[in-house]
Amino acid sequence: MTAHTGGQARTGQHATPQKPEHQEKSWHEDERPSASPLAFIERVRGAVRLVALDPAGLALGLRPGLTLADARARVPHLVAVEADPAADVRLLERLADDCDRWTPLVCLDLPDGLILDITGCAHLFGGETALRQRLLARLERLGFRAHAVIAGTPDAARALARFGRSGLVPEGEEARYVASLPVGALDLGEEATLALARAGLKTIGALAGRPSLPLSARFGEAVRVRLARVTGREDIRLTPRRALPDLIAEHRFAEPIGRAEDIEATLEGLVRQLATMLEARGQGGRRFEASFFRADGAVRRIPVETGRPTREPGAVLRLLRERLDSLADPVDPGFGFDLVRLAASRAEPLGALQVRLDGRVVEDEEIAALLDRLTARFGRARVLRFIARDTHDPGRATGLVPAHDAPAGAGSALPHGEPDEAPTRPFTLFDPPHPVEVVAEVPDGPPLRFRWRRVLHQVMHAEGPERIAPEWWRFPHGGTLSPVRDYYRVEDREGRRFWLFRAGLYEEASHPDVGMDTAPAMDMPRWFLHGLFA
Amino acid sequence: MRPTPDITALRKTLASHEAPRLSVAGRRFSFGVEGLDSALGGGLPAGALHEIIGAAGADLPEGEAFTALLAARAAQGRPILWIRQDLMANEGGMPDARGLAALGLDPGAFLLVRARNGEQALRAASDGAACTALGAVLIEIWGEPRRLDLTATRRLALRAAESGVTLLMLRLAARVLPSASHSRWRVAPLLSVPLEARAPGPPAFALTLLRQRAGPSGVAGEAPGQNWNLTWQLEWDRDQQRFRTPDSRRKPRFLDGPALSRPVAALPAGRPAGAGRADRKAG
Repeated sequence: MTAHTGGQARTGQHATPQKPEHQEKSWHEDERPSASPLAFIERVRGAVRLVALDPAGLALGLRPGLTLADARARVPHLVAVEADPAADVRLLERLADDCDRWTPLVCLDLPDGLILDITGCAHLFGGETALRQRLLARLERLGFRAHAVIAGTPDAARALARFGRSGLVPEGEEARYVASLPVGALDLGEEATLALARAGLKTIGALAGRPSLPLSARFGEAVRVRLARVTGREDIRLTPRRALPDLIAEHRFAEPIGRAEDIEATLEGLVRQLATMLEARGQGGRRFEASFFRADGAVRRIPVETGRPTREPGAVLRLLRERLDSLADPVDPGFGFDLVRLAASRAEPLGALQVRLDGRVVEDEEIAALLDRLTARFGRARVLRFIARDTHDPGRATGLVPAHDAPAGAGSALPHGEPDEAPTRPFTLFDPPHPVEVVAEVPDGPPLRFRWRRVLHQVMHAEGPERIAPEWWRFPHGGTLSPVRDYYRVEDREGRRFWLFRAGLYEEASHPDVGMDTAPAMDMPRWFLHGLFA
Repeated sequence: MRPTPDITALRKTLASHEAPRLSVAGRRFSFGVEGLDSALGGGLPAGALHEIIGAAGADLPEGEAFTALLAARAAQGRPILWIRQDLMANEGGMPDARGLAALGLDPGAFLLVRARNGEQALRAASDGAACTALGAVLIEIWGEPRRLDLTATRRLALRAAESGVTLLMLRLAARVLPSASHSRWRVAPLLSVPLEARAPGPPAFALTLLRQRAGPSGVAGEAPGQNWNLTWQLEWDRDQQRFRTPDSRRKPRFLDGPALSRPVAALPAGRPAGAGRADRKAG
């Protein structure tokens, strides 16, 4: 990174060019015959080629890109396994989750690299050299072989790691270190790389010594930009995989913890820490996330949300407990957690509360606490509030949204209807409407009887039609159903009241020059049950 | 067998402990229908559990609307927690804010919780029953979940008595089970009194009081010797925000009432008034 933070601004990157033991699911350790070299294969343009090899295979002189037939000719006992790029990405994402322990700024570098922004994080782990060593040691324990490079810009670190270098680039020395790399390290694509090679420019050092204007005129602007980034003259920002939280409190353990009481106590301590930090800033969090980093690399995140900003340790702890209790698959400590982190995001200003004379604040607080508790237990999509939308289309006029997203009273402003009239809108709506079989007068009489869910209903009272069409910009293009609907309010003999509609018109159906026998029944208007009245 | 004096004394002590708690609320909410409210002694007590039973699954809209209306009368403007089992959405669709508003309810006062099953619904209800800021809690449960027993309802009733929150439990497609509810009702659809031009009228319900603690209860057929009728036909009066009996409303004008004066089309001048009628007969 550029020196905008004043002190050391560094980017670390490590790549895992060989990924033999870690193709998930497609292959398991115990299936492997002992001491046989292993290769992952893929069909490339009609030929089956090796895409990755384990150390044993590499030692025998096999290389990625070789066809399987050639490889088998050289090493008959080679074990070949189909490559699964999707599983590789999943594995890389799990690894990235685990790397959150070093810095919150982690991004994927597909297919097999990770870029970490360690600006301002290195001192927590005893300096850059120590951080790099600890990271490599951890990866090795998890079964990966990796190259790790720390450099001033992500591109420089990436180019060096991809081309087999390993180590630490002193500040401002990027240009010197990358000079010996081939131009392929600029990652410009095959065509541009080939063009550069044909012009005799084989290394980055050869490019860097030339004036940039003729270079970009001949090979394109990308060459100049990439060159500036790789040599450390220009910096870019990384896009982290997850949004950065506003505040973090964490606890690291030399010895992993696994007992429920320990975890509980740790969480409590973290919540208190976070509350103190929030109070110092005069803020409250809307979203809290507890992350449990397992010693074996798995990471579990448990988020809870509140309806209004809070920093009360008791409330946050209660929500977390509620959430942990209601998980379908409980948090499994496995061999224990060696890092527990609590992050607050969406921090908002929160002043001291003042109780009004009528005690309303207390009541509102109680409702908010109840909503938080229910949301933590059942999930956002299950605790809802009504809202009104500005349209007359009954399917979209109102809605249910998570209670945390809607202000109280969002659904209050709706018309009540004329005095002395029966309700004109049903109590419940079906989405989508249910098709029904209807006997009705042509062209626009109300239904006489209809069959819904295999029960025949005789209509006693009916009112309609009320014609409702969506806004013109919502008219569907094509489609067999007419968007115009004629609604009827009907009541059957037992006193059940229904909201039926006819999609389309009978006139549209009976075209003069098409006889009924040639026009199939699909042209007839269809009837639906949209809702039930009380 | 007569209870021994010890047990009697114990019962008295227990009652003296329980009595103040149950009377914390003391408040009652009424239907707004004279005969019904007087049979209940002035309305149903708030801060208690009341059970409403819809015998068939198809009674869902009537049951829901009746319970919601009753909840609104009990809540008196305070928020209402509405706990709904997911099964209800398959059977009767999702409640619509316009439909609630059309009944005169305030959709903004409702907080809807979708519970996966009856067990979750009961858990959410017990949370809601403890929240004193709520006006009422409406619980909908389908059938007879295993957890819904005397203990569970007793717990809910005690919580409601402590907090003063009225609990209304709607049970659909359900048999009557022993429970600790203060009253138990059965609601069924009722043919409405039609409006002009045979349009369906306002929501109407057939209501039966099945059980009431310390009060008359039972269907006429179930309790021989009782001559009171504990079945009512109710209609919702949106404008007054209360229930009423359907016959209290005037009969629709065009069915059997006397014709009202209303503007008529002018007859053509210079033509005998009877001519038109003769023409029609001829045609």
